[in-house]
Amino acid sequence: MIKVQGLTKRYARTVAVDNISFEVEKGQIVGFLGPNGAGKTTTMRVLTCFLPPTAGTATVAGFDVLENPHEVKKRIGYLPETPPLYPEMEVSEYLTFVGRLKGISSADVDRRVGEVTERCAIGDVRNKLIGKLSKGYRQRVGLAQAIIHNPDVLILDEPTSGLDPKQIIETRELIKHLSGDHTIILSTHILSEVEHSCQRVVIINRGKLVAVDSVENLTNRLRGSEAVALEVASSNGPLDPAAVQQRLEQVSGVSRVLPREARDGRMAFEVESLQGRHIRADLARTVVDAGWNLNELRAVGLSLEDIFLQLTGAEKAPAPSTQNPAPAASQEG
Amino acid sequence: MNVWIICRKELKSYFASPIAYLLMAFFALIFGFGFFTATRDFVRFGFMAEMQGRSMPMNVNEQVIRPLLGFASTVALFLIPMITMRLFAEEKKTGTIELLMTSPVYDWEIILGKWLGALLLYLCVLATSAINIAVLFAFGKPDWKPIVIGYLGLILQGGTLLAIGAFISTTTKNQIIAGGVTFFVCLLLWLLSWFTAYDTTGYGSVVNYLSIVTHFEGFQKGVIDSKDVIFYLSMIFFSLFITSRSMESLRWRA
Repeated sequence: MIKVQGLTKRYARTVAVDNISFEVEKGQIVGFLGPNGAGKTTTMRVLTCFLPPTAGTATVAGFDVLENPHEVKKRIGYLPETPPLYPEMEVSEYLTFVGRLKGISSADVDRRVGEVTERCAIGDVRNKLIGKLSKGYRQRVGLAQAIIHNPDVLILDEPTSGLDPKQIIETRELIKHLSGDHTIILSTHILSEVEHSCQRVVIINRGKLVAVDSVENLTNRLRGSEAVALEVASSNGPLDPAAVQQRLEQVSGVSRVLPREARDGRMAFEVESLQGRHIRADLARTVVDAGWNLNELRAVGLSLEDIFLQLTGAEKAPAPSTQNPAPAASQEG
Repeated sequence: MNVWIICRKELKSYFASPIAYLLMAFFALIFGFGFFTATRDFVRFGFMAEMQGRSMPMNVNEQVIRPLLGFASTVALFLIPMITMRLFAEEKKTGTIELLMTSPVYDWEIILGKWLGALLLYLCVLATSAINIAVLFAFGKPDWKPIVIGYLGLILQGGTLLAIGAFISTTTKNQIIAGGVTFFVCLLLWLLSWFTAYDTTGYGSVVNYLSIVTHFEGFQKGVIDSKDVIFYLSMIFFSLFITSRSMESLRWRA
């Protein structure tokens, strides 16, 4: 449905997007993941024909964004980061305007407005001025605007930013409901969002593609290894944290030990295992054999968050000196 | 069709905010003041002619309507920046321009729609002066043809300035700057005719030709000169054309 090849977008001084390629199949929800300023919005703007690419091609439903922007625009519904709303209009008036603009005939537009207001749960505010709406309602009106012409492709730029938790859940549900009929690209820097609603993830950082993969594959990469939170206390006399850490590192299967906090003779560590190794039993034995008290031993799940940070090389804790379980291996190609 | 959709939206936006009513009230007030002065002078002049026992040729068209039309054209110069300043600058600021530019409409449809919306508001503003003209018809017998031509001139002149204002509005996100620069350009085009009124050398006549106001003088007298009509129409076309270029450059720079 969407095909991006070697896409590059250069501004006067900066390269916003650098040689990105990926494909999205019909009916998929794809999460576009990256820290702020990674080039997500720029890529989306190219796809929606708002910005022309500097190099490379992008096609939507077989139409090139440069050669056939009109056909592309007909098939795309777009919700920019700030919903494009006219505060002086009423909700239904605004949706009618957008619907007409997107090419819905005047005979059908009322019906479509009724359908999307119901779908986005904004029926109760349809006669209110947009300027008077709360942020959550505005976002939903923005979403209604994007789907009014029943486009093949939906492009949503940070659809849940600035919403409260309840609204985030509602918006997520709404997006999931829409996925049946539409191919959806949504950008976000919130990882749990991708875990919740997307089938595939495109991770970009500083304009470069880091990974394109399914959510399961990405999480599976780290499922083999486990992370354990461990708290040790001394039973007699003071303990040297460095010595404890060293001792823990010698346990077979441990890839690294991160000291967390040490207070009143108790010290916490986070221990990560090598791929496919279970280390909890060995850790417990080591601590007990050393004559320390084992206060806590608890498995910590590795989330997309960790994968993401590893892939983008963002700063978190000290950089792992041992092996890096997730290099940027599975780029599409 | 898309042009009409956008035009209607623009017009609604104007009337949803106080700006349309303010402009209409403002223009009605100033035009009413001009009308009062012109008719008062006309009546005085009539009395004086009668007292001196001379029958002077009195003509409502020449002595009331013609100066009023000139007055209206000058007042319009001040109103037009207020109409055009928001056209694109506001949409650029709020991001709604992204909606328009990612919808299946062509740039020229957006521009033409917006310009037409602004022109219709300008017509509404001008229409408030019809009350005064109606009074003239109630108490006198002015010739209607020069009035129609005069208004045609006002519309053409307004259309030109609106197109220039629309272009200036695409160049900035800031409405105040758009309005200010448009006002300055309107003022300049008005002053051009002053500087070169008595200068008939080559340079002077070129500058004089470019003055928006000089081309209105014919209409004011009730004369349609194809030269003036072509000037206004080509200026409108040219301004809207550079507006579309400016919008396209938005895509490349944004």
